[in-house]
Amino acid sequence: MSEAAGRTAVNPRRADGLIGRIGLALGPILLAFLTTAVLLAILGRDPVAFYRDILLAGVLRPSGLQDSITRMAPVLLVGAGLIVSFRASLWNLGADGQYLLAVAFVAGVGSRVIGDLPPVLGWVVLAVAAMLIAGAWTFVPALLKARYGLNEIVTTLMMSFIGIAIANVLIKGPLKGDEMVPQTFVYPEGTMLWDLPGTTIHVGVVAALVVVVLVHLVLTRTSLGTRLDVLGANPRAAVHMGIDVPRLIVVAFFLSGALIGLAAASDIMGIFGYVRADWDPGYGLKVVPLVFLAGLNVIAFIPIAAFFGVLSIGGDYATRKADLPSDFILVFIGLLFLFMIVTQYVSARRARGEPVLPAWFRRTLPARDATEGDGG
Amino acid sequence: MTGSNDRIGSSTVGVSTPAVELSGITKAFPGVIANDRISLRALRGEVLCLLGENGAGKSTLMSILSGLYQPDAGSIRIDGREVRIGSPRDGRELGIGMVYQHLSLIPTLTVLENLMLGSNPGIVLDEVRARARLGDLAARLGVHVDADVRVGALSLGQQQHVEIIKALWKDSTVLILDEPTSMLTPQGIEELQKVLLGLKASGLAIIFITHKLHEAIAIGDRVVALRQGRVVGELGPEVLRTGTPHEIQGRIVEVMFGEDPTRGPQIAELREDLAAERSDARTRLEGSPEILRLDGVSAPGARGQHGIEGATFVVREGEVLGVAGVDGNGQRALAEAIAGQRRSSVGTIHLGGEEVTNLSVGARQRLGLRYVTDDRLHEGVVGRYAVGLNFVLKRIGDEPFWRKGTIDRKAIETTARSLITEFDVRTPSPATPIGKLSGGNIQKALLARELSFDPRVVVFHKPTHGLDVKTIAAVRDRIRALAARGVGVIVISTDLDELIDLSDRVAVLFAGRIVGVVENGPQAATRIGELLVGGEAAA
Repeated sequence: MSEAAGRTAVNPRRADGLIGRIGLALGPILLAFLTTAVLLAILGRDPVAFYRDILLAGVLRPSGLQDSITRMAPVLLVGAGLIVSFRASLWNLGADGQYLLAVAFVAGVGSRVIGDLPPVLGWVVLAVAAMLIAGAWTFVPALLKARYGLNEIVTTLMMSFIGIAIANVLIKGPLKGDEMVPQTFVYPEGTMLWDLPGTTIHVGVVAALVVVVLVHLVLTRTSLGTRLDVLGANPRAAVHMGIDVPRLIVVAFFLSGALIGLAAASDIMGIFGYVRADWDPGYGLKVVPLVFLAGLNVIAFIPIAAFFGVLSIGGDYATRKADLPSDFILVFIGLLFLFMIVTQYVSARRARGEPVLPAWFRRTLPARDATEGDGG
Repeated sequence: MTGSNDRIGSSTVGVSTPAVELSGITKAFPGVIANDRISLRALRGEVLCLLGENGAGKSTLMSILSGLYQPDAGSIRIDGREVRIGSPRDGRELGIGMVYQHLSLIPTLTVLENLMLGSNPGIVLDEVRARARLGDLAARLGVHVDADVRVGALSLGQQQHVEIIKALWKDSTVLILDEPTSMLTPQGIEELQKVLLGLKASGLAIIFITHKLHEAIAIGDRVVALRQGRVVGELGPEVLRTGTPHEIQGRIVEVMFGEDPTRGPQIAELREDLAAERSDARTRLEGSPEILRLDGVSAPGARGQHGIEGATFVVREGEVLGVAGVDGNGQRALAEAIAGQRRSSVGTIHLGGEEVTNLSVGARQRLGLRYVTDDRLHEGVVGRYAVGLNFVLKRIGDEPFWRKGTIDRKAIETTARSLITEFDVRTPSPATPIGKLSGGNIQKALLARELSFDPRVVVFHKPTHGLDVKTIAAVRDRIRALAARGVGVIVISTDLDELIDLSDRVAVLFAGRIVGVVENGPQAATRIGELLVGGEAAA
């Protein structure tokens, strides 16, 4: 066998292909389910009943299924926004601030002006405004990163706190409705996004799906997608290839923020119609592990977003019934992230042909056959 | 691989037991057998040259001997006693001293401090004993070493003496030198030879690793040739001491390449027509217009490396300008300043009369300025991307590979196929992730990307570093052909032989400054050596 062919031989144990990837996504989910079950048992709850309640309330009841699907919309959009920046290895961890600033605008300003605008045009104008506002909130971290190489993990998080605070100040102040409670005006009757006929699923969900597919096409088919991937793979290579890295950083952050802003528009105009001060669904950090579970692939993220929808709608019911705080579901998500990292570590070691078990354990095993491999 | 174990001449078995005897050493890595049942012996008072291309398994074998790797099979005997070398520390205790390819001394510490580092027993530094030991060993080498000077202030040759002293610190019986000559000047190599002669006489067994034929012949008492992890031949002293160097070279090539006559002549140093070609080139360059001009270009360095200061030179169309210097003396800053990856703080750069000082990397590429980086894996390619996509990464968004911003995979594949054939890139398919190819094939792929689409100036940074002999020859042929087409070429290299082989002129870079430019010719290597030494003295 020629030298070249011998060197390029692919290790057969590599967990490539669709089955390997599905395994990588499902493995941690199953492990998280099992561990949560043990936790529930320790807390004296019946794990089987708990999971049955999630399934019942999240999928099997028609109203529950529709709620789960509706819940997908913001998760999908926030996830797509995170994926755009994460693929370029830009860690936008400020989704919550970006989301809430857009929420404050769409609820506070939108509820006042929507009545004066023609229905569809009004929604589009408000959605675009929400995207611009959330996108603009990334400018400071993006410019600091692009110009001075400052760590965006810190700057986006800090800007997120500031954004959340400003949103609350606005809702309690200039954007406050005329009631005593600190909240905005409510959207007038008939100005909310239409529901799909015969359901409680608003058209924002459909729009979110369409946008997410578009984002996937942009990421996989266009020159922008390739540039983002090269930057994500290796910033030095990106410079070497002649990519305008500072500009790309600003663009990637803006798109990321804009998609997150769209999630805010969909939530306010589709579900809530107003917002109270100090309300924060905290999508940003909940969605981060989910997009990694999808391997930063937008299409693969769709079923995961659906799973999250079921988990949060069903989880609300199940935790209440089991007399647990609703945040218990976050325990599951935390475990999910943990197992995901372990699974990826093991799979990467295997792909490189390195032993997975620690050295002290391996020593007790018989040595591998030395003549394995290419005979030259 | 015929006659792989034929031995030319019978190796003399000394009266004494070999200092080192390896038998049946086998080491496999996933997908490749680096060492395949290798047996060899090193005798006291003898220099054993381990000759082979990159990837032949030399370094793996020596890593096994020094305790860095464990062999999958085979045994090691030191002075006739079978041993297991579990770690580099075991290796040192057994008397195996190793001098690595890259200098391992800490430049900000003094010679004495470097030597005491890691070899001092206990917590308190025993300076008196260390000083005495240094004196002993320096005398044994026949050199003078100042104990209290910072290592960074020493010349490369002097640093190497310190490395050898460090390797011998624990009463070594075997000294292994891994490709120690790559940037040594002719003067430096001569001095090293003298040192080795002295050490040999004192009864040390020396293993000298190299991929250069002439070094093996000049330095070795015995030469063992490795190829693809196997011993393919051995020449004993009775052969090496008779016949002209040219005949011996012939014998070694025969041993290394067997009955494949097409490979031998590709070794650059065997080509006799080079000198003639070069004089052709000189007449060709007369009156050739300048294509690249640097005027007083300064750029900062990165990560503790030198930047460049006031670089001024001209490259003409069809000219190969070599840049010599020890690694870390501003090579990267120079290459990146020309390519536009690093903004020059002062000075101007002109490409074919047009000023490009403030243009971006992409704009310079479109004007025909190309840069073949030395960091193939982490800068030159995106490893998980297909070979085909890597070919067009410098043209993202351009027609015909992207149409209206949308990728056209067919167009990329068609171009990839023709480039793969033209540049002889060995890949299973254009869709194979490029990171899975060998270093040589990645380099060929890089050349395919940079040399296609009408280059006018190409900067090569260490273009053959870490490649096998055959690919080295192919790369150098490409560079020559490029210059013959009228492209301006800059070759930055730490391999002096390579620069002499390729360049019309050689600029010498020291501490970020160009300290001289030498016309290539009979005395060029010596002249470059003087400039490097002079540069070092001046600093």
